[in-house]
Amino acid sequence: MQMKSMEFTVGLFVVAGLLALAMLALKVGNIHVLGAGQTYAVTADFNNIGSLKSKAPVTVAGVRVGEVAAITVDPITYRAVVTLDILKKYRFPRDSSASIVTAGLLGEQYVSLSPGGSRHDLKNGGKIRITQSAIVLEQIISQLLYSKAGHS
Amino acid sequence: MSAITRVTAGIQHLGRRVIDGTSRLGRATLFLARLVPGLGAVLLRARLIVQQLYMTGVLTLVIILVSGAFVGMILALEGYNTLVKYDAQSSLGLLVALSLTRELGPVLTALLFAGRAGSALTAEIGLMKATEQLAGMEMMAVDPLVRVVAPRFWAGWIAVPLLAMIFTAVGILGAYVVAVGALGLDGGVFWSQMQSGVSVTNDVMGGLIKSAVFGFVISWIAVFEGYDAKPTSEGVSRATTRTVVSSSLAILGLDFIMTAFMLRGL
Repeated sequence: MQMKSMEFTVGLFVVAGLLALAMLALKVGNIHVLGAGQTYAVTADFNNIGSLKSKAPVTVAGVRVGEVAAITVDPITYRAVVTLDILKKYRFPRDSSASIVTAGLLGEQYVSLSPGGSRHDLKNGGKIRITQSAIVLEQIISQLLYSKAGHS
Repeated sequence: MSAITRVTAGIQHLGRRVIDGTSRLGRATLFLARLVPGLGAVLLRARLIVQQLYMTGVLTLVIILVSGAFVGMILALEGYNTLVKYDAQSSLGLLVALSLTRELGPVLTALLFAGRAGSALTAEIGLMKATEQLAGMEMMAVDPLVRVVAPRFWAGWIAVPLLAMIFTAVGILGAYVVAVGALGLDGGVFWSQMQSGVSVTNDVMGGLIKSAVFGFVISWIAVFEGYDAKPTSEGVSRATTRTVVSSSLAILGLDFIMTAFMLRGL
């Protein structure tokens, strides 16, 4: 009897440990639900990506529809080429635009898509032509100071 | 003349310490080399491992649950007071989760385990040796390494990662209670910031790997010190102290090395 209750508590202990791991993986961490084959890739060129990082979310109207797959620099134009993995169930017109925005003042940066009106959809390997770069706080401040100095 | 003798004696003392330490390390390694191949024989007696899991794991659960909850609550309070100065209290969940999964969960669990269970393992095995129970087993052709030492070693190794995961989870829940219940943060922001910043492969698995390494080292030190103890009451007491001291130092040293490797993107 005593052995049985001991076995039961040990079993409970192991289950609790595994449940804690599952909670850490699912609730605390972000297991990427975007599997291979469920997404298509499009690229967008930006003049400045600010501090955008790969794995940052791609959203439409605030809803997450994909993530940033890779960030490289075009060796000819010297613009940043951002590859976006977008879930296949979402289709966007070819003249959609992409902008890099910040969540809150000090929050992380993500890519926000605004759908256009074209009848043709973006395909795998397609390119988003209308982009808006990240707002770099230092540049705004220096512009502000410059315009102030111009007034006085 | 006497000054020279004193210096010579000092150098001799240092040399003896080095030789002692090296031979202890050698004995510990040989001991491990005898312990690990016995895994098959131990698995045939899984009941012994279950029994030791109860002694080392389940009985340590209370201190782990209480400390985990308090560490999480303290982190939430301290973090909030600093973050609120920068109006960044929405990142509190992320701060707590990263600190707990990467460092505090594995390290504090290992330190608590070394104090609570490691010392008990050493004392138990050392006392068995002092009262000649181990010698008695050998007389009956029972290998004490298989019957006594190995189940304790493997059970300790299994218990530490499980305890570390429980510690981390309870700590995050404790932080949630303080942040949302007492400090009035938004619960959704707490979880979503955490989910966007914690990576399962790097942070959660990194913590799991760390705690597995700690579990291995603590169990190894604990059973070795017990087995290697001088069979007197003073010897057992010294061995118990050594277990706690050397496993604590080993935990912190290994933690630094592993963190350095993990941050470079192992």
